Amino acid sequence: MNTIISVKKLTKRFKNLTAVNEVSFNVNEGEIFGFLGPNGAGKTTTIDMLCTLLSPTSGEAVLNGYDVTKNRNKVRQCIGLVFQDPSLDDWLTAKENLEFHAMVYNIERKIAKKRIDEVLEIVELKDRKNDLVLNFSGGMKRRLEIARGLIHYPKVLFLDEPTLGLDPQTRNRVWEYIRDLKEKENITIFLTTHYMDEAENCDRIAIIDVGKIIAMDTPINLKKRVRGDIITVETSDNRSLNEELKKKKVKNIIFYNNKIQFEVYDSEKFIPKFIKESKEEIISISARKPTLDDVFLSLTGKKIREETVSGLDRMRKRFKMGRMRR
Amino acid sequence: MIRDLKGIYIIWLRDIKRFFRDKPRLITGITRPSLYLFILGSGLSSAFGMFGGRGGDWYMDFVYPGILGMIVLFTSLFSAFSIVWDREFGFLKEILVAPISRTSIVVGKALSGSTISLFQGIILLIFAPLLHIKLNFPMIIKICLLILLTSFALTSLGILIASRMKSMQGFNMIMNFLVMPMFFLSGAMFPLKELPKWLEYLVNLNPLSYSIDALRYVMLEDRTFLAHPFFINILVISIFAVVMITLAIFVFNLTD
Repeated sequence: MNTIISVKKLTKRFKNLTAVNEVSFNVNEGEIFGFLGPNGAGKTTTIDMLCTLLSPTSGEAVLNGYDVTKNRNKVRQCIGLVFQDPSLDDWLTAKENLEFHAMVYNIERKIAKKRIDEVLEIVELKDRKNDLVLNFSGGMKRRLEIARGLIHYPKVLFLDEPTLGLDPQTRNRVWEYIRDLKEKENITIFLTTHYMDEAENCDRIAIIDVGKIIAMDTPINLKKRVRGDIITVETSDNRSLNEELKKKKVKNIIFYNNKIQFEVYDSEKFIPKFIKESKEEIISISARKPTLDDVFLSLTGKKIREETVSGLDRMRKRFKMGRMRR
Repeated sequence: MIRDLKGIYIIWLRDIKRFFRDKPRLITGITRPSLYLFILGSGLSSAFGMFGGRGGDWYMDFVYPGILGMIVLFTSLFSAFSIVWDREFGFLKEILVAPISRTSIVVGKALSGSTISLFQGIILLIFAPLLHIKLNFPMIIKICLLILLTSFALTSLGILIASRMKSMQGFNMIMNFLVMPMFFLSGAMFPLKELPKWLEYLVNLNPLSYSIDALRYVMLEDRTFLAHPFFINILVISIFAVVMITLAIFVFNLTD
């Protein structure tokens, strides 16, 4: 398989913060490659460097044979982008947004016309072609952005948190489109997410935390790192339980939210014995199969936080409602 | 090169489409110049009529180019607001990551600002007969060219500021800080002759003074109130335009 993105010791430092710290990885042609990590882990910064919006402090990144600092325009021509925040012009129609894109990417008018219909077909927005984007729902906008990212036949499509802020149903639809693309367009997809369940759709995942890649593998292999089952208990005295657990054969004891979580080989046999032997009063106990969440937890000792609506988004909504403009 | 021209054209086209589609903005775009013209212009003219001297009609002739200059100033500087707006609402990223040069983005924006200013100026020109201001075709062409040159320079100044601005509030604050002194010190409302020395220095530092002086040269038969020779005015505005667009391109190219 050919390597389409090759990154070596890529680093980005802002004043006194190292957002991305000597990150190295390769992405193969035609795969869906995911960057998984909490907010502020350095995912967007990495994407911004790969798509020439930020210059790296050190290290190198080569995309489709072009260096991202030396050959910016060449790189730009062969990538498509869907940003974390919306980046459509609300006052243009869907078609006009796509036409704008086709023109700045220097696509011949005739080809562009055909291509616009083609990409709108993929994301099922053909009948809304001539509507102002202003009247689109969040999910429709995201789909239109994906369509836009595809117009100029990019080799790599970057999706920065493609499903952020979408309802679960729309999220699934977006994922269907993404998986479809791989077959229809024969394109490499590089995406970031902090949703564990979404990351499972990727061919390979790099888990990133505080600017460093801490694990990189297929989702199945990553989950194999967590052995057996995950048990979560809440007791009257977690501290003394911790001491007890240390004597037993359990792995990866982690405290969070007044609860203790650990891994055992066989939860069905472990639980009855555990309840019988426990000196502390057990408030709750549960067992389940490992998810990528647990992989992250066992690697970093913390959970990936859920996204909340940021202040900026709130302001944006207010502006749109108040129609403030000049 | 062709690619850059294409880039300039599409950036320009989008801004123009937006302007005409955004109905409230279009309506203020039309009503604001007429308000200034009819209320400020007519009000001041009658005041001058009352205080005697050469009378109100004369002042209307005098202040009309001033109001034209004022509208061009407001429109041009604030049309650069679209850059801050696009940054806030994400569209700037789509533009920045596209394989077109930063230079063509700046030139496209400067041209769209000039076009919108020209549109506003033409609205004022349409009202001219109502105010007994006599215009002929060569005059109108000259006025339009002057407006284009001035607004190209002023929009570039706006872009220069906008490209360093991260927030809408910040941009608005700087703009208001800039617009008012530039307007008051332009001689839009008063003749530039026999001013106190300190005021004269300030007025001469203001590029807008030269535009308004040039507009008066074109529109007024009576040239007693002109401050500079016509060619000096054109020279100063042109130099200002070249310096501003160069700086704007330079600074915008620095943005990652």
